[in-house]
Amino acid sequence: MAAPAETGGRDLRLERVTKRFGTFVAVDDLSLTIPSGSFFALLGPSGCGKTTTLRMVAGLEEPTAGTILIGDDDVTNAKPYKRPVNTVFQSYALFPHLDIFENVAFGLRRRGGKQIKAQVDEALELVELGGMARRKPAQLSGGQQQRVALARAIVNRPAVLLLDEPLGALDLKLRRQMQIELKRIQTEVGLTFVHVTHDQEEAMTMADTIAVMNGGHVEQMGGPADLYESPQTTFVANFLGQSNLIRAAVSGKSGDDLVLEVHGQKVAMPAARRASGTDDLLIGVRPEKIQLAQPGESTEGFGSNALPGGVVTDASFTGVSTQYLVRMPWGQELMVFAQNLGAAGLLRPGSKVDLHWDPAHTFALDGSLDANAGVAHEGATPVPVG
Amino acid sequence: MSAAQGIGVGEQQQLEDDQHDSGSSAPTQPGRRRATPYLLLLPGMAWLTIFFILPIATLLSTSTQTRPEGAEIGVYTQTFRVANYTDTLSEYATVFARSFTYALIATVLALAISYPLAYAIAFKVGRWRNLLLVLVVAPFFVSFLLRTVAWKQILADEGWVADALRTLHVLSPDGRIINTAPAVVIGITYNFLPFMILPIYASLERVDPRLMEAAGDLYANALTTMRKVTFPLSLPGVVAGTLLTFIPAAGDYVNSALLGDPVHTTMVGNVIDSRFLKVVDYPTAAVLSVSLMVSILVLVGLYIRRAGTEELV
Repeated sequence: MAAPAETGGRDLRLERVTKRFGTFVAVDDLSLTIPSGSFFALLGPSGCGKTTTLRMVAGLEEPTAGTILIGDDDVTNAKPYKRPVNTVFQSYALFPHLDIFENVAFGLRRRGGKQIKAQVDEALELVELGGMARRKPAQLSGGQQQRVALARAIVNRPAVLLLDEPLGALDLKLRRQMQIELKRIQTEVGLTFVHVTHDQEEAMTMADTIAVMNGGHVEQMGGPADLYESPQTTFVANFLGQSNLIRAAVSGKSGDDLVLEVHGQKVAMPAARRASGTDDLLIGVRPEKIQLAQPGESTEGFGSNALPGGVVTDASFTGVSTQYLVRMPWGQELMVFAQNLGAAGLLRPGSKVDLHWDPAHTFALDGSLDANAGVAHEGATPVPVG
Repeated sequence: MSAAQGIGVGEQQQLEDDQHDSGSSAPTQPGRRRATPYLLLLPGMAWLTIFFILPIATLLSTSTQTRPEGAEIGVYTQTFRVANYTDTLSEYATVFARSFTYALIATVLALAISYPLAYAIAFKVGRWRNLLLVLVVAPFFVSFLLRTVAWKQILADEGWVADALRTLHVLSPDGRIINTAPAVVIGITYNFLPFMILPIYASLERVDPRLMEAAGDLYANALTTMRKVTFPLSLPGVVAGTLLTFIPAAGDYVNSALLGDPVHTTMVGNVIDSRFLKVVDYPTAAVLSVSLMVSILVLVGLYIRRAGTEELV
């Protein structure tokens, strides 16, 4: 099954694509290049334009402006059935009157291909549904239906495979399992996967490249680690995982490091990690990068940045880690994840703590951005920023 | 039929409830409670017995009666003469064939008109949907008879349809539409159209439009999507619609009487009508009625088996 796609080497390009529904701009002047063979994720909250983008690539919506190219072919106005694109729909959209075999064979039969049986069998083996060929979709579980939808699309070896929240209807455990499956299948068949999701963990698990979308445009694009460690906007910092964003002002330089003043304390960070040229900044530290020390405790091996004077207001033990909320002297509550190493005891609410982290784990964003952008989707209440 | 099934289900529920009750609380008149479902069945069963089973039995019995020598008009005695069937059927074979031919043509025409219309109402007309559905049903506000008489005017020799067709040389100068077979078929088609449109619409409306998107995504053009996805999924509606049109059309006599010719377009319904009410030849009328009923039952049975939708009708 290592055979590369017949249509290999054709990148998907969106050039200045805009889609308006009445006065609502769903996709705003979007330009993207998705390299052939990559697993690309469009990540964003509902209403950010990711599904509309996908539907335009599939041909189910027509762009108001802009061009969509697959390789060198302009498919902007091509009918869906003339595009080398297949979709795995969120609802699966399996044909209820056809059995699994005929569902998977549907695309092949339309193109009048040969050896349909062999290809369908191979696709069903790939998704581990070899024995189900003569069942009807209604006789399968949600997870199995999802696999059939995937096989039905993959069997056509499209230049681009679109996945519209394909795991949204599955329960958590099955979703985790399918994420790994999907990644394995993509690696095996070598097709370009464009995956739309609002689940940041799902995007990070599977995709090589993630484009974080918000309000019809791409906020930031990059590899999962890149996006997570170096977000460029507050939206990305909050939407991908959680971030502590603290107001800071540039006060000087020391070698390659930038020296910042944070509520009367000096902290340092590599100057190269500064995403904005402004002097008024929001610095960010991921909760798991912060270590806590009670006053007087040894801080050997801890990062050199320190913010003293915190008070634990909440501690929740989750097994892998303990999640602390720490109220800082300026009133802001910061989040700290302490890995459960079994050595240190649980800190009780009310304990006085100092926060320590490595300067290299700091990122700095434009201070004029909304510090709560991208937070709401987690169901969390906006955190006041000091 | 379905009402009886409905009661059957309710009865089972009731019985289960009974068992449940008697287990938890002290039994209160268990015999009476067990009888309740049968008491509920009684009115329906009585109705069916008096107005369906007894008339059918009478009809079957009449069909083998003969008129004794010298008896008065309308007096027949039971002689179990099965040859009544062969005699009558050989005499009226052409009328039977004509009835089923007209019904078949009208059903096909109605399907050809209804399917695109139902499709448009289900998927294409947006907010006009409800208005169009009302328009489909609106003719029912006028009597069936009156509407057929109206067609008599439309298709009349001096009517605009005949005029237009003569001008176009489709019809010869002395040709006519009224009192011909096409007029009867047009009348039947028109009268049963809503019975075709509504079930097809109901079926199409339940088809998930995302399945059509999926078909397009899998290289099916509009025609193939219709052939392979939309039509098969609307089949229950098509089967229901064709049955609701074909069955009454085969037994219809109003259209033939008003729009047809008394000799050349006679349908079984017209013969039954005249044998029962004018000639007072009860056995022949009974034979024709039973034969019509049985042949429709057989045809419908074959059709449903062929369409493979037993569970859906």
